[in-house]
Order: sequence, then structure tokens, then C-alpha cells
Amino acid sequence: MTNPATTPVIVVDQLTARFGDNTIFDRVSFQVNRGEILVILGGSGCGKSTMLKHLIGLYQPAAGKVLVNGVDVNTDDDRILRRVRMDLGVLFQSGALFGSMTLAENVSLPIQEYTDLDSATIELIVRMKLGLVSLAGYENHLPSEISGGMKKRAGLARAMALDPTVLFFDEPSAGLDPITSVELDNLIKSLNAGMGTTMVIVTHELESIFNIAHRVIMLDKSARGIIAEGDPRELKDHSTDPRVLNFFNRRPAAGPAPQGT
Amino acid sequence: MENARVPGHGHTITVSGDKGKNVTFAISGRVALDNLQAFTTEVQARLREMIPAALTVDLAGVEYLDSAGALALMELESDARGRSLTFEFVNLTDKARGIMGLIDPEALTTEPLITDRQVGNILERLGEATLKILNDFKRVVIFLGELLVALTHAVFHPRAVRWQDVAFYMKRAGVDGLPIVGLISLLLGLILAFMSSLQLKQFGANIYVASLLAIAIVKELGPIMTAILVAGRSGSAFAAEIGTMMVNEEVDALTTMGFNPVRFLAVPKVLAAMIVVPLLTLYADLFGILGGVIVGVLGLDLTAYTYLKETQRSLSLLDIITSLIKSGVFAVLIAGIGCQRGFEVKGGAEAVGAATTSAVVAAIFLIIVTDSAFALVFQYLHI
Repeated sequence: MTNPATTPVIVVDQLTARFGDNTIFDRVSFQVNRGEILVILGGSGCGKSTMLKHLIGLYQPAAGKVLVNGVDVNTDDDRILRRVRMDLGVLFQSGALFGSMTLAENVSLPIQEYTDLDSATIELIVRMKLGLVSLAGYENHLPSEISGGMKKRAGLARAMALDPTVLFFDEPSAGLDPITSVELDNLIKSLNAGMGTTMVIVTHELESIFNIAHRVIMLDKSARGIIAEGDPRELKDHSTDPRVLNFFNRRPAAGPAPQGT
Repeated sequence: MENARVPGHGHTITVSGDKGKNVTFAISGRVALDNLQAFTTEVQARLREMIPAALTVDLAGVEYLDSAGALALMELESDARGRSLTFEFVNLTDKARGIMGLIDPEALTTEPLITDRQVGNILERLGEATLKILNDFKRVVIFLGELLVALTHAVFHPRAVRWQDVAFYMKRAGVDGLPIVGLISLLLGLILAFMSSLQLKQFGANIYVASLLAIAIVKELGPIMTAILVAGRSGSAFAAEIGTMMVNEEVDALTTMGFNPVRFLAVPKVLAAMIVVPLLTLYADLFGILGGVIVGVLGLDLTAYTYLKETQRSLSLLDIITSLIKSGVFAVLIAGIGCQRGFEVKGGAEAVGAATTSAVVAAIFLIIVTDSAFALVFQYLHI
């Protein structure tokens, strides 16, 4: 094996996002290392979700590029794009399960699309995936028949269906009670430790950040880019940037209330 | 290693040991989702060939293992133990150990909590369907009642009506519908005039094309075609809009803020439809007759003046008024049923789709039924 700590899975190079005249972030560069849990954080409106959508290739960058395993996620070659997409798993904020399909059908969908395994094998894999997220026995439930936390776990099982190299999470703890949220965080940690999957998480939940992040990147709205990078505890205690300190210590900035929160 | 997906880059199984005794499978390469079928087929074939008494699986050469591959290895183990073979993994990497540690063998055999969705026998289903239709009818009647109350309220409290919304929906349902309504009516007039002229020409009764068309378009086809087009364009849109609001809990938000959702959401749409559908009908009548004029002038050697004179002679003002009343009623039905189907939405995207379809189908059904009722009533009233 190559040294997992040093080979980047994702390389973001001079990435710029712009909607009309509104530049969300400007020439941002960073890397995501293999096997790490990277948290992208920042206040509301700083472009966290926009960044995530660029990383998974849903948005076309205004400038710059995103490479996953060395391949541009915005390539025009459909064959290459298909392979890149297999390497990316995404857990959307609401889970984004297909409401008309059972959990088993939701999880088996990508497996059926990308492999030619027989249905018995697929069924076994689906049971295993649901087992990984502690949903064994729920294969015939519809998304409307389970709770919010279970929906997220089922969404995670679907995101992991093809064993992607990188898993992306958009606000995993949004809308969950504290206990369920911690359970999900622990699940993320154990999957990362057991399978070595690289995780990129967008969140602003401080507890969750301290619990799971190996490294954080902090975006800022006015700076239009990264204002801090590193270990969250280190940043909390030793950062010299007042914006970073305010964020980690839950202090609203002095002066008038910030807009767009 | 690690670049997970390189097609054609598969596994190798090297077999050593004696048939029927201690056998070792040395696995190398990748064992993953995309070569799983080939891997399990080969393992099974080798097992049948060697019939081992004890099986050792050496994983030293495995470069890439994903959870599906780990699952296959664990299945191999449980299969071997099931046949009471001595089984052993050797040279497990930390990564393989990690993945296998995550997989819960019990989850693989857990019975689904829901095994079969109850379908019921044919009698039960027939009964359920009947009850569903009756319930649906009941809810439509209840909604119509609520709508009438809300409309009456609007008549007595015109300032409480959201006129801005009314104007918005008048544009959506009316102005934006002008091109398609005009086109369809013109073509309908052309076709109808042309087909009837083929028959009437034989009797030298060319001039009656004008009266036939005038009566057919103004009394029946104009109102019905307009209503069907509005049902397809706007009835569906109303259902989808309110349905999505139901899914997003926006209707609940209105209710908790003390708004009456019917008054707030349905009344502007129904009022807008009541205003624009009769206007669209008049417009459709004009275009239909224009189609007749075109056929009359180009194909029947009539002048536009004679054609229009004949058209005028065959229609009375009452015909036009009744046609407008009819289309006003159609408007209430289309907009009302569209909103009602929207309010019925529960669940997600699929339910919105079903509500939209049902809004159009129910509206067209009601249009035709009401039109027949009107025909009977007008017959007895000698209109």
C-alpha cells in the first residue's frame, strides 16, 4: 500500500464559483488526503454547500478545477465521468431517498446500474449495507415509514452501495436530535476506520466537528475563500484570526448583526 | 493499488495442496464489486474440483478489497463451516480485518420486518376500490362546499380577496393560453368546415357550412375545447403547486398562521379561472369561425360577407350567453378540482404526480358530464 496519509484523493485547484456577478469564493485550492475525515465549515452563506456541489461535479466551476483520483469531475467524456461518479458517494441533507422505492430498492439501484450481479447476490449485498448502518430488517420499508435519523442512515447505505473512494456528507446532523446525531457521527467514524473511506463533511455543528474531524477547512463569506485550515482543537485554542476564534467559541461578531444567516 | 476501478484488473486464485485433503487458495489482485461474480464462480468451481477437507485462504496478495469482496470471503467461510470443513484465513491485512469487522453476519440473515404488503383477494380489493371512490366523491363534495362558502365570503368581502394573485393566475391561465387556444380552435374550425363541406357540396348546400359550424363551435366545441385545454394547462398546474406546498408543509404553515388555505390558495385561482375561461371561450369561438371563413372563401366560392352574414343569422345572443355560462361553470370545476387534488397530496414527489394526473382526468370527466347535463337542461328550457 502507498502511504495513505500523503496521496491526495481530491485536488481542488484555483476553484472559483460565481453566480452572475456574485462571486461565492475565489481561486480556492486545497487537497483531501486519502482516508481522512475533512470537515468544511463556516457560517451560513459562506459557500460550504456550493463547494460541496463543485466537489461532486454538480456545478460547473467558473474557473479552476476539481480532480478526484486525478480525473477532472467536469470531464466531457461520459465514460470517464461514469467511473468518477462510481468513486463518489453523497449523503444529501434530507437523505434524498426515492419515496416510491423500498430501502432495499434504493440501495440496490446503483448496484444494478453498475454491475451485472445476479439478484440473490445483490440482495445479500443490500442486507450487508443495511447492516452496516444498523438497519438490518428494514429492507421492505418505504422511506415514509422510518424516522429522520433512519432516513439518513439509509441514504448513507445507498451512498456506500458501490464502496466509493470518497463519501460526501451535506450537513449530516441537520434535523437530528443530539443522540441520533452523535450516533451518526460514530457511524461515520467507524466506517472511516474500518473501510478507510475518505470522508468530506460539510457542517457547522461544533460538537460534531470536534468529535469526527481529522482536519477542517474554514470558509468565510467576506474573504471569499479559506481563512483557516488544520486541526479543529488547535484552531480553537491557538488561532490568531478573530473570525476563527469567534466561530469556535460561539461568539457573534461585534457590531451589527450579520446578514443572511 | 487503491485506484479502485480499473476494469479488467481482476483477481487470481492459485490453488495448492491435495485434492480431498488440505487445500490452500492463495488469492491475489482485487476482490471487489465489479469482479465479484467472476470471483465467486471461480471459487465455487475450484471447491468442486478440489473437494477439500480443510481449506486455507491466503489473502497476502490481495491488493484491493471492498465490502462486497469481504462479504464474498465471509460467505465462503460460512459456507465451508456449514459443510464442516476446517477453515482458516491467513495473512489478513489490517484493512481486510477492518472491513470484515464492520460486516454484521446477523444482518445478512435477519428477516425483513415487513415481509409482504397486504394485497387482499379480489373481493376485498373491489370493496376497497369502491370505498375509495365513495370517499373521494365525499371529499370532493366537502371541498366544493368549502369553496362555495369561501367564494360567497369573497363576494361579500371583496377586499379580503388577494386580487394580486387573481391577476397573476389570470395571466397564467388566460393570457399565456391564448396562442394554443387560438391555434387549436382555428384548426378545429378548418377541419370541421372542410369535412362538412365535402358532404354538403353534394347537395349544393355550401352555405349551410356556415350555420353548421357556427352552432357547433359556439354551442359545444368552443366551450369544451377551451375547458379541456385549460384543464391540461392550468388545472394540472394548480394541483402541482398546491401539492408541492402540502409536501413542504407550507399549507400547514398557512393554517397555523390563521389563514384559511381554501380562501388563501383556492379562491384566487378559481376567481381567475372564472374570469378568463369565458373570455378564452369567446376567443376560441372567433378563431373557430375564422377557420370556417377560410374554408368558405378558399374552397366553397363564398364571400367572407355572405359567410359571416349566414353565421350571424344562425346564432342568437342567447346561444352565446349560455355558452359563456357553461364555460364559467367549467372554470369552477377545473380550478376547483385542481386545487382539491392538490390539497389531497400526502407524501412526496410521486403523490404530486398522481394528484396532477388525477386533476386533469377528473376535470375532463366533470366537463363532459356537466356539458351533457347542460344539453338536457337547455333542451327542456327550449334554449
